Amino acid sequence: MEKAGIPVAQITAMTPVAKAVGSNRIIQARGIVYPVGDADLPANEEKALRRQIVQKALDVLATEGRTTP
Amino acid sequence: MRVVHYLNQFFGGLGGEENADLPPQTQIGAVGPGRLLEQLLGSGSQVVSTVICGDNYAAENLSAVASAVGDAVRDAQADLVIAGPCFQAGRYGTAAGEVCAAVQAQLGVPAVTAMALENPGVDLYREQVYIVDSGPDVSGMQETLATMARLGAKLVNKEPVGRPFDEGYLPQGLLRSEFVVQTAANRLAQMLLAKIKGEPFASEIPTQPAEPVPVPPALTDLSRATVAIVTDGGLVPTGNPDQIPRSFARVWGAYDFAQQETLPPEEYEVAHGGYDNRYVEEDPHRLVPVDVLRELVREGKVGKLHEEFLSTTGNGNPLENSRRMGREMAAKLKEAGVDAVILTST
Repeated sequence: MEKAGIPVAQITAMTPVAKAVGSNRIIQARGIVYPVGDADLPANEEKALRRQIVQKALDVLATEGRTTP
Repeated sequence: MRVVHYLNQFFGGLGGEENADLPPQTQIGAVGPGRLLEQLLGSGSQVVSTVICGDNYAAENLSAVASAVGDAVRDAQADLVIAGPCFQAGRYGTAAGEVCAAVQAQLGVPAVTAMALENPGVDLYREQVYIVDSGPDVSGMQETLATMARLGAKLVNKEPVGRPFDEGYLPQGLLRSEFVVQTAANRLAQMLLAKIKGEPFASEIPTQPAEPVPVPPALTDLSRATVAIVTDGGLVPTGNPDQIPRSFARVWGAYDFAQQETLPPEEYEVAHGGYDNRYVEEDPHRLVPVDVLRELVREGKVGKLHEEFLSTTGNGNPLENSRRMGREMAAKLKEAGVDAVILTST
């Protein structure tokens, strides 16, 4: 998708893999089984966490150049 | 063996770029590189006819060219179709790939083509067609034709086809189970010893080096941007309408949620055999964050959320396969006017 010129923010817990395959905008996910969530948190805190990670991804999409965690 | 050969106008001796609009024509016998091909096929084999078509005509009328070759195959009662070699010529490669795929699928006649790795026809057809690695230019003509003839004969005689590297064709992205005498531990130890001694050894899982992708420019104004969610975590509507497999997926889906404020857990499931799915099935937003993106759109921080998410299963996928799906997704997203993607990966 990046090759087609679309900026992509990849949210992943497996950041070494994302780096190895050449992903340019990488955001640390909470976990493999819930990239943008956390089943151990109360619902409101979980949603706040999700919003925080998604906001980070949006910030990175608005930032020139590579971003890795 | 009775062979039908496909050539573009240039290799067919009908001219250069000025004749790229020529529709397909069938000539009796071998033409141009087909003469060498005939020699390499050996006695008892002949190129019965040659279909020649202009590159532009072929690229713009793929099915017409395929059907012209199909007619020639029927008329010649051919056992095999050879197309090219096409080297780096993109229109030629695409036409040759289509011709081979069509005669195989429609007539059950085996087909072989040849291209350089960089030819766009490779990514389009390598999964369906044997594409011999021709190298970049015509200096590899003789060797390439010899490999094509050898592979073609195997296909006609229904002999087992070996691995890509041994047979000279480009990997098709297949994983094939094989019985081997030595255990993995033994083979690994031998490789390690060879490495320590500085002797050559070959990995059984060659890694394809990732090519650097230029960083796409950043969004200048988030509040006017359309953002789409893509995931390789395998979220699909309940019932998995596209039958995305839990591993080695070759397909992806686009799932509309325009009528939904949030994603109801009972309407979704996960098709992914590589992680514990229960948390995402409990709450799909843990993978596809529609809820918070809707909030951000309402608050004016994001222009628009693309009203469908794209999903596939990133589990055991050969890189080539993932590249193709990425290209297909990008084309769809561009058409929909999407400016940026949030990709969630499990």
